Amino acid sequence: MTSIPTQHDHQPSPGDPSAPGWKRYVAASHFRSAADEFDACKLGFWLFLATEVLLFAGLFCAYAIFRMMYPEAFAAGSHSLDVKWGGLNTVVLLISSYTVASSIRCAMLDKRFWLHVNLIITLVCAAAFVVIKFTFEYGPKWAEGKRPGVLFDYPLWSHPQEPIWWSVYYCATGIHALHVIIGACLLAWCLYRSVRHKAYGPTHYTMLENSGLYWHLVDLIWIFLFPLLYLIH
Amino acid sequence: MSTIPATHDAAHGHHDEGSYLTPRGPFLSTVVAWATTIDHKKIGVMYLVAVLTMFFLGGVAAMAVRAELWTPNRYVEQVQPDGTTQTVLQGDLLGKLFKADGLGAANNIYNRVFTLHGAIMVFMVIVPGVPASLGNFFLPIMLGAKDVAFPRLNLLSWYIYVTGSIFAVLSIILGGVDTGWTFYTPYSSTHAAGHWNVVFMILGAFILGFSSILTGLNFIVTTHKLRCPGMGWFDMPLFIWAIYSTSIIAVLATPVIGITLLLLIFERLFHVGIFDPAMGGDPVLFQHFFWFYSHPVVYVMILPGMGIISELIAVHCRKPIFGYRAVAFASLGIAAVSFIVWGHHMFASMGELASAVFSFLTFLVAIPTAVKVFNWIATLYKGSIAINTPMLYAMAFLFLFSIGGLTGLPLGALATDLHLHDSYFVVAHFHYVMMGGTIIAFVGGLHHWWPKMFGRMYNEKWAMLGCALVFIGFNVTFFTQFFLGTQGMPRRYASYVDEFQFLHQVSTVGSWFLLLGFLVHLGTFIHSLVAGPKAPPNPWGGLTLEWETESPPIEHNFHHEPILKHGPYDYDTTVPPHYDPADYPLDTSTPPHRSGH
Ligand code: HEM
Ligand SMILES: [Cu+2]
Repeated sequence: MTSIPTQHDHQPSPGDPSAPGWKRYVAASHFRSAADEFDACKLGFWLFLATEVLLFAGLFCAYAIFRMMYPEAFAAGSHSLDVKWGGLNTVVLLISSYTVASSIRCAMLDKRFWLHVNLIITLVCAAAFVVIKFTFEYGPKWAEGKRPGVLFDYPLWSHPQEPIWWSVYYCATGIHALHVIIGACLLAWCLYRSVRHKAYGPTHYTMLENSGLYWHLVDLIWIFLFPLLYLIH
Repeated sequence: MSTIPATHDAAHGHHDEGSYLTPRGPFLSTVVAWATTIDHKKIGVMYLVAVLTMFFLGGVAAMAVRAELWTPNRYVEQVQPDGTTQTVLQGDLLGKLFKADGLGAANNIYNRVFTLHGAIMVFMVIVPGVPASLGNFFLPIMLGAKDVAFPRLNLLSWYIYVTGSIFAVLSIILGGVDTGWTFYTPYSSTHAAGHWNVVFMILGAFILGFSSILTGLNFIVTTHKLRCPGMGWFDMPLFIWAIYSTSIIAVLATPVIGITLLLLIFERLFHVGIFDPAMGGDPVLFQHFFWFYSHPVVYVMILPGMGIISELIAVHCRKPIFGYRAVAFASLGIAAVSFIVWGHHMFASMGELASAVFSFLTFLVAIPTAVKVFNWIATLYKGSIAINTPMLYAMAFLFLFSIGGLTGLPLGALATDLHLHDSYFVVAHFHYVMMGGTIIAFVGGLHHWWPKMFGRMYNEKWAMLGCALVFIGFNVTFFTQFFLGTQGMPRRYASYVDEFQFLHQVSTVGSWFLLLGFLVHLGTFIHSLVAGPKAPPNPWGGLTLEWETESPPIEHNFHHEPILKHGPYDYDTTVPPHYDPADYPLDTSTPPHRSGH
């Protein structure tokens, strides 16, 4: 088996305009090598992911406190969520996490066609997630009056603190949905650059890898949100 | 992150070796070149300008607060010329200025002015100040690197900072905010001043958070990946250690304030009720969130200042820093402990056990802090101390910061804090650490590195005069406030009883000296830029890498990638680079020291 070149033995061919983007890529001049730059970008991105985790940590903390204060309100609220849609969205995100990982693998193996296929599936999943979230979850609930805080207007409530539950629900899933959209934009940008410039290949795929990491984070947070919100009765 | 190769190389790849300040075209294109630069030095200077502008704004508000406190706001019975008595409002300086109607309205204006002062000084001056300006400029150079790891992200951080500041200024123009810089709920989410003012101010703070995070992340990666050959972790200057620790705190703590402010905005706009007791929400949760960020952030404020002081003291008394590793680890230790003491801001709203635990943990912070102070003093011992502005500032820091740190202890002790909480004692404490610590170190560092940044010397005599005025003015302004606090003057009021008036007036007079001192500095700096003598590459005989390059540095920082051959403070074994006795105007008779005796 021939060994595949990696990010660590990068030989740019900047002069040749017909070469694919990833071959022409030259590291920024303040780095000693492309490998150094790759490591730096990865480290930076992991730090960024840590900040995202901490951002959600605040929400999880609020969740824990209010659930402790008003367990019945949370049980009642959770009851009116639809496990079917939540579960489907979980599956959708898991599939997309797999495909995004495959797309990075395809970049490493220089299989551009499959890289694109995988990215497209990921984007379709992202769209499906958002559509399900808004049309089948937020939409009907909002219409019934199950809204956050003072907007709450559901006549059949069973616990006076249900509005707080809905606030936590909308804040947590809303901010998560925003992350899904941002992640999808990043991946769409990668797809564009790959189609247009053949930007990613065995020796250069930094942006793709980082966007993939971001996507995994989005997925991971949902994996926590799903049971905490949907499965607590 | 940087996947587009071409743009970056264009800026770094050419072989023009002039100073980074040399304009490369007509005026307009120079402006565009600065606005789009990814050179960390220019970005550092841009931050410096932005931060000093906000410092000026915050300073104007501070002077207004002190002026208002010259006399208490209150109604008095006054005998009119026609013999009748009438109740008139007195002492409402700001109220009159803004044509407020009645005592309530006048007090309200006072509330807005001190909030404006606090929010600007904290979020726009002290938190980003040192790392974003001096840190940006010197971190890569001291590491021997050409730039920070992510130069374009660095520029983005600057624009984010400016955007956040614009939101804050917008809020002020709309009429300001009266919540205090702490934005406590439910006041901030329900009653507080105009709807959009509050939203914009909070949004401004939220946006500024991104700038902190991105800068911090950039510095951490730079420190890990771009040290020059030969530079191990323990060969780094202590300023780098400080910036590194600061960055860790900024990256870990800022997201929490991010989500907090976001929830607060939701609360304000949609009344989601999370922090609103009327809906079953928990306002104390907001305080926990807020201080979980804001306590660590006081170390984001002070650590870079401590880093500067380590440099100033070592360079200006030409001695190896005493206990290098202890000082470096103390930075990390402070960073670690700072995350577990936030409860000391809310002793009154927690249970006894929690309060006792937080009190104990708070005392722990004092240990690494004291380690640093003692190491600096030990460094001074038998050093050949140069009496110049940076050194004076270092001494001022030691004096003021020690007072600030020591007065933190009675605040951390439960029994005493119950009396001192929310009094002027707290105001004095945090001004001693934030202003007496961070700002003093900042100004000292600015003098120390000024010749390097702008290639001009400043007038030492005038700068020392400015330093003296600042030092005296500061103490007169704030030491009095310890007395006010222990006597019972609560913070954030425009009115007070007659007994307090004398001390308030002393404090206000002090603030004028403080202002004068800063104006002297401003004059000295402007004079230096216009007519200062050209600075040599190494005016102080420093050993860290920034002194090995030109003053001001060339576009790529160094002519060749430096290779580190000596430690940052090896004054006993190394002759400083570019050494020329004529470069040491204050100390021409003695040769550079070769041993620490
Ligand atoms: C020796 C270490 C320190 C200790 C033990 C300490 C302790 C405390 C305590 C217990 C309080 C709360 C007082 C109250 O509200 O009743 C406090 C307030 C404060 N401290 Fe410190 N502190 C220390 C260092 C610092 C430093 C280095 C800074 C900033 C550079 C700082 C900034 C502040 C601020 C801004 C407040 C007031 C916050 C507010 O309520 O607006 N402190 N400190
Ligand atoms: Cu604190």
